[in-house]
Amino acid sequence: MSGLYLVIYDAAGLLLPSWLSHLAAGLSIMMILVNAVLMGAAVFVWMERRLIGRFHNRIGPNRWGPFGMFQPFADMLKLIFKEDLIPANADKPVFILVPIAMLMPVILMMAVVPFAQNTALANLNVGVLYVLAVTSVTTLAIFMAGWSSNNRFAMFGAARGVAVLISYEVPVVISLLGVVLVTGSMSLADVVSAQSVPFLLVQPLAFFVFFAGTSAELNRTPFDVAEAESELVAGYHTEFSGVKFALIQAAEFGGVAASAAVIVTLFLGGWSGPASAYLGWLWFLLKVGVVAFVFIWIRATYPRLRVDQIMALAWKFLLPLSLINLFAIVLEVFFLRNASGVLSTGDLWIMAAINIFLAVSAIALFGSMIREKVTPNQMRPDMGLPDTVPAPVSSLGEVR
Amino acid sequence: MPIKTEPMTVNVGPQHPSTHGVFRLRITFDGEEIVEVEPVFGYLHRGTEKLAEERNYVQIVTLTDRLDYVSSMINNQAYCLAVEKLLGVEPPPRAKYMRTLAAELQRVASHLMGIGFFLQDLGTLGTPLMYCFRIREKILDLFEMLCGARITVSYMRPGGVLDDAPVEFWPALDAFLAEFPSEFGEIEQLVVENEIVMIRTRGVSTLPIDVAVNGSVSGPVLRASGLAWDWRKMDPYDAYADVEFDVPVAAGGDNYDRFWVRIQEIHQSIRIVHQCVQQIEPGPVRLDLPLVLRPKPGAEAYGRVEASKGELGFYLVSDGGVSPYRCKIRSPSLINLTVTEHLLVGWKLADMIVTLGSMDINMGEVDR
Repeated sequence: MSGLYLVIYDAAGLLLPSWLSHLAAGLSIMMILVNAVLMGAAVFVWMERRLIGRFHNRIGPNRWGPFGMFQPFADMLKLIFKEDLIPANADKPVFILVPIAMLMPVILMMAVVPFAQNTALANLNVGVLYVLAVTSVTTLAIFMAGWSSNNRFAMFGAARGVAVLISYEVPVVISLLGVVLVTGSMSLADVVSAQSVPFLLVQPLAFFVFFAGTSAELNRTPFDVAEAESELVAGYHTEFSGVKFALIQAAEFGGVAASAAVIVTLFLGGWSGPASAYLGWLWFLLKVGVVAFVFIWIRATYPRLRVDQIMALAWKFLLPLSLINLFAIVLEVFFLRNASGVLSTGDLWIMAAINIFLAVSAIALFGSMIREKVTPNQMRPDMGLPDTVPAPVSSLGEVR
Repeated sequence: MPIKTEPMTVNVGPQHPSTHGVFRLRITFDGEEIVEVEPVFGYLHRGTEKLAEERNYVQIVTLTDRLDYVSSMINNQAYCLAVEKLLGVEPPPRAKYMRTLAAELQRVASHLMGIGFFLQDLGTLGTPLMYCFRIREKILDLFEMLCGARITVSYMRPGGVLDDAPVEFWPALDAFLAEFPSEFGEIEQLVVENEIVMIRTRGVSTLPIDVAVNGSVSGPVLRASGLAWDWRKMDPYDAYADVEFDVPVAAGGDNYDRFWVRIQEIHQSIRIVHQCVQQIEPGPVRLDLPLVLRPKPGAEAYGRVEASKGELGFYLVSDGGVSPYRCKIRSPSLINLTVTEHLLVGWKLADMIVTLGSMDINMGEVDR
């Protein structure tokens, strides 16, 4: 995207002084990024509503635009025109900051994601670290939301949300260490080019942990305790209305789109695919669509876990799995790399073979260890009236 | 350093997504744990019992529709049984079968709502609920054929039912019964042995059998605690003496058992409907009673049925006039709520919502 920056800079340079041209080019690029995130959120909202409609045996939104595609815009417009309520006892400055603090990490996250070959807003050499850093700002935003709205349901949601987000940060980071080890670089562009074999196959365990952790950080079922509609009304964003609610929703759905993009980049080979020099963006979008579909699929299917069960899952299940993955990757990289420290495609396939086996057995082992022993009921054929009950009453009461 | 904590009192309801109507619980939480519960109700009080004293015996049928508005047929049945007892009359056999059939279809619809909202409370995003509604819609279509209404049916009358089923009802019922196993099987496959449903509900909010009996709890909640108490077996009314069915009983009395008992009862209800279709014979469906009924002065009667939520009873006293002197309604939801405190204290907020869902209360019936 630096090419685009230069084009805008040169064009503006014909009229403006150099420093203003830099500003103009920078602001234009930022406009593109912000709109990309918001459009991504809108497309994801539409996709989720349509697909969940299908999962429910409903039609889903179909009134406004082809296949109801403009529904998110209609929703957004409606929310913008709604009254913007701030509770009387709310902590006003914090309350107003919440939607911004929610949306900001999502937009920042997209800045380092390569959409196609050489097409990223910034090719940071610490891209992976950067993604982890900006996503953890969401924790703060959720707590700000819960605390400032002065609502007990919001407080519950915030307390739960912070606990879940901080717990899941740990396995997620450790699972990403494996990716960094194999790539030898933290730049997301390098991560994509290192995937001659998608890391989904090379380290399925890391993918599993990262996917579960991301679901938890995005507050999606079965980990959606922070919002938990049936329990906490709307969780931490109970008191938000109008345009603030719209922004929080945009952050939430944009977050899913951005996380799907990060997952695609880290584990599914990013923009690589046939004719990726020209069609890279298409492969990227297709893969993002598939990951987003899996998120929606899980959301439409599973009930919610309880908070303590979610914490147990993070610390007793995902953390050991991510450590096993890290340990295996360290050993494999140590023994397989050549003298200059590079792994060939053949090496990656060998790692894939070992790690797929390792993933299946580790998930089965730890799964059986944390599994609570529950047994379903059986309908017995002899289920009738036991003889412990009192004798039947003869009639429907006496007529006096 | 010990952190100072203090309990927090929260009003869950009457405006809350999962209180099953306008039910309010004042709950004191210690963290996420419940230390004190105070149920508050009356937000839907419409004075049904008093209104019944102003209407004649046939008009009251429409009031009963609005008690437990997801199982109107069974409410009609309980009331009509009480009036028939009061008058000392008995409906013709075909009417008895029609009532049994309609009541069992209604029980399926009501239990489907119970299961669907129970799973909704567990945090599923409406998928099982919509599957349940898909079946319930078909049952409501059948009711529409019977009486023109879907929810507030008023199908039954003292001395029989409103009218015989139209000719197209029977093929439609056969089609419904043919589709039912596969459609309900989808729900069962999705949720009944689902790992998350199991770990969320197994052993949670257990109701020991002695507490249940002391609290006069009835219906699936009682049967989930281990007592096979079902008025359809204990004191068969209408055509229940002539049909075969089992009474599903669970042992644990936890949330999963209450959910499971409802699932099994749906199977048994469908079994009863099949038998009714086979056994029903042509004949009159309504006794030729006068339009305005006047029971003997001083006559009293208690008609009860096994409703979808438990024992539903109508106690009628006549003073010889056109309307009852007193109409007392024993509604199962209200009585089942008496064990709320026992079920909820000590459990977490998330369990509380699921427990309320597993009780399957209906505020129209609680507040009357």
